[in-house]
Amino acid sequence: MRDVSIIGAGITKFGELWDKSLRELGLMAGLEAIQDAGISSSDIDALYVGNMAAGSLVQQEHVSALIADYCAMAGAHIPSTRIEGASASGGLALRQAYIAVAGGFIDVAVVGGAEKMTDVSDSESAHTLAMGADEEWESQQGATFASLHAMMAQAHMTEFGTTREMLSAVASKNHGHAALNPLAQFPFPVKPEAVSSSGLVSDPLRMLDCAPQSDGGAAVVLCASERAKEFSKNPISIIGSGQASDTLSLHHRASLSRMPAIGVASERAFAQAGRKVADVSVAEIHDNFTISELIALEEIGLAERGSAGQLTLDGATTLGGAIPVNTGGGLKARGHPPGATGVAQAVEIVQQLRGSAGERQVKGATLGLLENHGGTGATAVVHLLEVN
Amino acid sequence: MAVPRFWREMPVRYNLIGSHCTGCDMYHYPPRTMCSGCHRESLGKMEEHQFAGTGQIVACTVVYQPQQGYEMHGPYPMAMIEMDEGARITAQIVDVAPEMVKRGMRVKAVFRKLGEDSESGIIYYGTKFTPVEELEPEEEDEESADSVEAEL
Amino acid sequence: MSGIVSYGAYIPRYKIETTEIASVWGQDGSAMARNLNVFSKSVPGPDEDVITIAVECARTAMKRCGVTGQQVGAIYTGSESHPYAVKPSSTVVAEAVCATPYLTAADYEFACKAGTAAIQTCLGMVGDRQIDYGLAIGVDTSQSAPGDALEYSASAGGGAFLIGRDKVIAEINHTTSYTTDTPDFWRREGQQYPRHGGRFTGKPAYFLHVASCAQLTMKMAGTEAKDYQYIVTHQPNGKFPVRVAKALGFTTEQVETGLLTPRVGNTYSGAVFLGLAAVFDVAKPGDRILSIAYGSGAGSDGFDITITDHIENLDRSATVEQMISRMKIINYPTYAKYCGKIHMRSGG
Repeated sequence: MRDVSIIGAGITKFGELWDKSLRELGLMAGLEAIQDAGISSSDIDALYVGNMAAGSLVQQEHVSALIADYCAMAGAHIPSTRIEGASASGGLALRQAYIAVAGGFIDVAVVGGAEKMTDVSDSESAHTLAMGADEEWESQQGATFASLHAMMAQAHMTEFGTTREMLSAVASKNHGHAALNPLAQFPFPVKPEAVSSSGLVSDPLRMLDCAPQSDGGAAVVLCASERAKEFSKNPISIIGSGQASDTLSLHHRASLSRMPAIGVASERAFAQAGRKVADVSVAEIHDNFTISELIALEEIGLAERGSAGQLTLDGATTLGGAIPVNTGGGLKARGHPPGATGVAQAVEIVQQLRGSAGERQVKGATLGLLENHGGTGATAVVHLLEVN
Repeated sequence: MAVPRFWREMPVRYNLIGSHCTGCDMYHYPPRTMCSGCHRESLGKMEEHQFAGTGQIVACTVVYQPQQGYEMHGPYPMAMIEMDEGARITAQIVDVAPEMVKRGMRVKAVFRKLGEDSESGIIYYGTKFTPVEELEPEEEDEESADSVEAEL
Repeated sequence: MSGIVSYGAYIPRYKIETTEIASVWGQDGSAMARNLNVFSKSVPGPDEDVITIAVECARTAMKRCGVTGQQVGAIYTGSESHPYAVKPSSTVVAEAVCATPYLTAADYEFACKAGTAAIQTCLGMVGDRQIDYGLAIGVDTSQSAPGDALEYSASAGGGAFLIGRDKVIAEINHTTSYTTDTPDFWRREGQQYPRHGGRFTGKPAYFLHVASCAQLTMKMAGTEAKDYQYIVTHQPNGKFPVRVAKALGFTTEQVETGLLTPRVGNTYSGAVFLGLAAVFDVAKPGDRILSIAYGSGAGSDGFDITITDHIENLDRSATVEQMISRMKIINYPTYAKYCGKIHMRSGG
C-alpha cells in the first residue's frame, strides 16, 4: 500500500444557483482543483464522482459519464465512476479514489462531488433527501427525514439531558464560522435565540436546526505521495480512511442516541493512521441536523458520551477553542449539496492544513478529521488528513 | 409509487406480517428472508409471523412539516413503536392530540389510508397506531356521555 | 337457523355540532338542530374512508367470536361512498381480514341500504350451505354539498355482521323487502355530491317504503308492535324513525336504543348496522327486534330478529355508546379539511 496525498482543491459557492446546471457545477469545482494541483488533464488517471440523486433531481443517471464528458475527459477514455451513499456520497468517492491510488492501480485521481437540488420544488427535493432513509418503511409511513432526527434528538435529550440551548449553539457556531466564508450559502451570523425560536419542523428540531437544500460542487485531486512533489509544493497526506455501515432504518437500531457506524469508521481511520483523537487539530463534522453534530462528536470521541452539547456551549468547538469544528460553516451554514458535502469537507481541511484558510485559520493545525455520513447514520466514512 | 411495489407489500402493511426466526427466536418487521441475528443459519428456519398489533412507544415526535400526502393531518405525531414481540415499527399515531403522545404509551394497530397516487390513482392502505387508553384531559368519559344525553 | 353470529361497529372520533355548521351559513343552529333532531354528526379523519371503517368493523366482528379469515366464504360491502367507482372495497377488506383467496366478494350500492342487501345475500349463501360464514358490511362516509340541508346530517360510520349457522346470537326469522323505482335522492357518476327531491323524500319515499316493508315483515312473522323489545329503522334525521315507529304502533322506548342519528348523524348504509349494534350491545336472550332499512331509489329491507342465549358469550365490552362518548368536537375549517371539501393543488 502506498501513501496518498491531496495536491489540489476546488469548490463552488453553495446555494440556490439557478443559472448553474449539475454538469456545470462539476466542471467548475474540478477545473479549480486541477488548476490548484498544477496538473493537466493528461495526468489524470481516473475520475470519481460523488452524487446522491441526479436521477430524481435532474432525471439523469450515468452521472459518471456525464461529468467525464462535460469535463472533456471522455475523449481520453478516462475511467469514471459514480459513487452513491446518500449524503455520504462525497466521502465515499474520496475513499474509493484513495483506495485505488493507495493500492497502486492509479497515480492521480480527481474526486468531485456535486448536487443540483433546486431544479425541483422544495417538497420534491425534501422527498428525495428522504430517500436516504428507508423509503418503504419510514418515509411511506409518514416519517420525514427531519422527524427521524427529531426522535434521535429526543432520545439524546432524555438520556443525557442535552438541551434546546445546546442544539442552538451548534447552529449558531456554524453560522459564525460561515460569516467568514464568502462561498458559504449563508455567510452571516445567527444568534442562538433565533435558532431556538425558529419555526418547528419536527419537535424538537426547528428550521434553523436543519441544513438547507443546496446546489454546489467540490473537488480534490489525489496523487500517489511519491509523485506529489512533481506537482505540488504543499501536498496534504491522507493518513487514515475508515468506513462502516449500519441498519438503514432507525427502527432497526439498538439505540436512537447513537450512530455507531461513525464510531467504527473513525476507529478504523485512527487505527490505520496510528494517531489518537486528542491529536486532531480541526474537524469537519456532518451537521445535516444540529443533533447529528453532537452525536458524531461523541462517536468519534471528541466529546465524552452525552457531553457534546456542553462542549459546544463551552465554545470548545468554536474557532479559537480547543477543537474547532466546521470552520467553513458546516452543512448548516456552508450549505449541503449531498454529493458535494463529503468533498467540501476535504477542501476545507486541506485549506486549514496548508495554512491558507485566512480568517478561518486554526493556528498550527496539523491533523484534520472529516466525518461524513448518510441517512440516519447507515453509512459513515471518516478520513484523517495531515500536514506533510 | 408503482402499483406492483405497493401490492407486493400489502400483507405486510395491512396485517403486520413479519418473520420469526425459529433458530434464534428473533422477530422481524418488515419480514426478512434471512435473520439479522443468525444470518445464513436461519435459512430454512424462518417462518411468517402476524404481529398482534400491540406495543409501546419508544420514541416520538410531532411533525410540523408534513411528508408528502400528510398535509391534511395538521401537525401529526410520528413514533417508533416496539411491538410486544420485540420488533420495532415507525408509524403515525392517530386520533389523539399530538401533545398527549408520550414515550411509554401503549398503542394498538388500526387500519388507515397511507396516501394515494393522485385523485385518479390507487389508494394506499396500511397500519397506523392509536393509544390503547382513552385520554381525556378535561373530563371523564361518563360525564360527557351524561351531558350529551341531557341535550336530547 | 342462520343469522348473525357476531357484529362489529365503528364511529370515527370526530364530530361537528349542528350549531357550528349553521354559523357558517348564517342559519339558526339551535332551531335547525331541534327541527331535525340532529345535534352533532360524526366526521371521518383525513385517513379514513369506507374501506378503513369496513375493515375495523369486520375485524371487530371476527375477533369477538374467534372466526378466522379462512373460514369466511363471502364478503359484501354496501355503501354509497365507496372510495373507488370501479375496484371493490370488499377485496381490500378480504385482504385485511386474511380471508383471501378462497372467497367471493362484491360491493353493493343501494343508497343508504346497500349493506342490508349484503345481509340477505349472505343469508342465502349460508342458508344454502355454499359457505359457512359471510360478512355483510354497511358503511358510509357520505359527502354533502356545502350549504345544503344534508350537510347537517351526512356523517360517517357503520357496522359489520358475520352471518353463519353456528352459535348464532341473533336469528333472522324473516327477511322481506319492498322495492320501487322512486327517484327521491341520487348521485350521477362523476358528481361529487348527491341531489335530492326535498320534501319528496318524505311520504312517497321513506315513509311509504319503511312502513310498507314493516307491515309486510310483521305479517310474515305474525307479530304486532308489542311483540318487539326494539325497533331499528333507517334514520336520516332524528324525527322520521320516531314518526314511522309511532305510526306502526311502537313506543319511543322501543325506538330509543337504536336511534343514534341525533348524536351521530346519518351514516347512510351504516345507519341500520349501527342502530342494531347499539341494540346488540345491551340486548338479552329472547329479545325480539324489528329492523327496517331504507335506501333511496327506493327500497326497504326488513328483518325480524330474535336474540339467542349465545349473545351472552360474546365480549360486548367495546360498545357503540363508548364510541359516541369519545367523539371530539371539531370546528368547520377542520371538518372541511378532513372531508376533502378543500381541494389541494396536486403536485406539491
